[in-house]
Amino acid sequence: MPRFMEGDLVVTLGNVPRSAGRLEGARRVHLWLLLVLVLVSIASLAVGASGTSLWGALDKLVNGQPLTRAEAVVLWDIRAPRLLMGICVGAALAVSGAVMQGLFRNPLADPGIVGISAGASLGAVLAIVMGGALAGLWPVALQPFLVPAAAFLGAWAVTLILYRVATRNGRTSVATMLLAGIAMTALAGAMMGILIFVADDQQLRDLTFWTLGSLAGASWSKVATAGPLILLALAVSASLGSALNGLALGEATAHHIGIPVQRMKNIAVLSVAAAAGAAVAVSGGIGFIGIVVPHLLRLWTGPDHRALLINAALLGASLLLVADMISRVAIAPAELPIGIITAVLGAPVFLWILLRKRGMVDL
Amino acid sequence: MRQILTAGATRRAILAIAAGFVATAALADGPQSDRRVLSIGGSVTEIVYALGLGDQLVARDTTSIFPEAVLDLPDVGYVRALSAEGVLSVAPDLILSEEGAGPPEAIEALQAASIPFVTIPDARDAAGVVAKITAVGAALDAPEAAAGLAATVSAQFDEINTRLARTEVPKKVLFILSTQGGRILASGRGTAADAIIGLAGGINVLGGFEGYKPVTSEALLAAAPDVILMMDREGDHSMNNDDLFAMPALSTTPAAQTGAVVRMNGLYLLGFGPRSAQAALDLNAALYGG
Repeated sequence: MPRFMEGDLVVTLGNVPRSAGRLEGARRVHLWLLLVLVLVSIASLAVGASGTSLWGALDKLVNGQPLTRAEAVVLWDIRAPRLLMGICVGAALAVSGAVMQGLFRNPLADPGIVGISAGASLGAVLAIVMGGALAGLWPVALQPFLVPAAAFLGAWAVTLILYRVATRNGRTSVATMLLAGIAMTALAGAMMGILIFVADDQQLRDLTFWTLGSLAGASWSKVATAGPLILLALAVSASLGSALNGLALGEATAHHIGIPVQRMKNIAVLSVAAAAGAAVAVSGGIGFIGIVVPHLLRLWTGPDHRALLINAALLGASLLLVADMISRVAIAPAELPIGIITAVLGAPVFLWILLRKRGMVDL
Repeated sequence: MRQILTAGATRRAILAIAAGFVATAALADGPQSDRRVLSIGGSVTEIVYALGLGDQLVARDTTSIFPEAVLDLPDVGYVRALSAEGVLSVAPDLILSEEGAGPPEAIEALQAASIPFVTIPDARDAAGVVAKITAVGAALDAPEAAAGLAATVSAQFDEINTRLARTEVPKKVLFILSTQGGRILASGRGTAADAIIGLAGGINVLGGFEGYKPVTSEALLAAAPDVILMMDREGDHSMNNDDLFAMPALSTTPAAQTGAVVRMNGLYLLGFGPRSAQAALDLNAALYGG
């Protein structure tokens, strides 16, 4: 049963639980969420517009019969990479959100706060609109990777600029980073506006759908490039749990209890830029996973980052897979962009969390 | 021709009185510029040129990009986002506009400025194209030229119908607008692509939704198109056939087995101007080897 404790929502309140029992409970939740993820993953392999049956295919495999070409393509080339990309992207967004909220000690922080969304969008729009003109510079074989690569580079470029701006004398001010992020987002928005103005109708469609996000572009090559990077960054993020708990007490206190604050900030920003940058690059703009998942989990299992980060990965992956299943079949044969679904599901949940905590949260 | 000029001059005089200073300023420009026509909409502009009246145009909209000569004219903006003042600044004495120009406020302002504003009806079928040509011809006082062009276009449409009568099994065609990021944006019902496929005697394989939408990969596999139709975008390396058929969604389709991909210039294929009958003929030939 969820237990709702005061102070769970906002890490700013510095309510770091020291009770071992609570952490034990949160760790038991790992198993439940893992079970949910496995079930959702199986469902994700079974659901699709073509009516190809996972069970039928498994039955054939068990009995040593060959699959038809169409069955093999649907299960292996369409649903399987989509499943793996969904897990990576969902986990990356949710964990990055949790890390950012902890680092900025702000409940509204998400990967967008360090410029990832703005940078990635700018990169993607640049590649979509100017890609034709620059096509000669790229080998044709790499053409499908132009937009993801540009989005990833854009995310990194903006993040590094923000980081540079906010760091003085070897000390990074998260407040400066937040404010500079607003400025960079506005600047990126203006540059995108110029690009949108010169774009033709097809490019407008492409970039609109890019900003709405989708896993439909999943392929083994994308899983192979983005997947390892995301997993590595997530593993690094997961090791930040104790340090983020300490940081909740305030930077000075964290420093005094022996947490290497500046080093932790470096690691957090870089790992989030890698994980969320890669996720956005392969899937486009998918909102709310990074905000709603960590908040739900703080309500449920408490704000201890040691358990929260792992739970966020599991729940984020499951939620994104569910949203993706809806996206595939809701209006088949057309496909509903997944960003619409995560926003429709996520925004009311977020409001509900705020209403529950009204009076507690002083934003 | 002389008759046309005279009729134009008479009409111009009447318009000038009605239109106030804008048209009067235009008249003062010089006697040889018979008329100052602003054409809005790519297909309308193409018809004006096809009628041999391109020299009457003083400005165009962003979607008017054929023939190349039109690119030298000032651009008053995107057809659905016109600015009334920008339009007035080129001092037209006649505005020819395809249906759907906007925003409504700008159109109202232009009508209030008493510049004759002729809306050319838009319909994506053989009769519609002929009606468009006739309407443009009437607005520019060139009914004979329009009748000649309309006859040519009608004959081309008739030719397709003759060919189609010999076709036994219609081909299932998938129009792909974009493959950006590995997701396929394809045409459903009610689009120019859907219309030209129909005119060329093919069947749009995606009739289940309206407009250009991202399509789920499995549905494409199940739809089993015989032919893939794409726009041939100059200067843009659109996917080559190998990459196209390497996409799981298309890999097992009949089109992949026969390597059937048709690429045509986007404006030619989807413009629904005077060349649309020829485009439909070309597409018909590409589909059925006619």
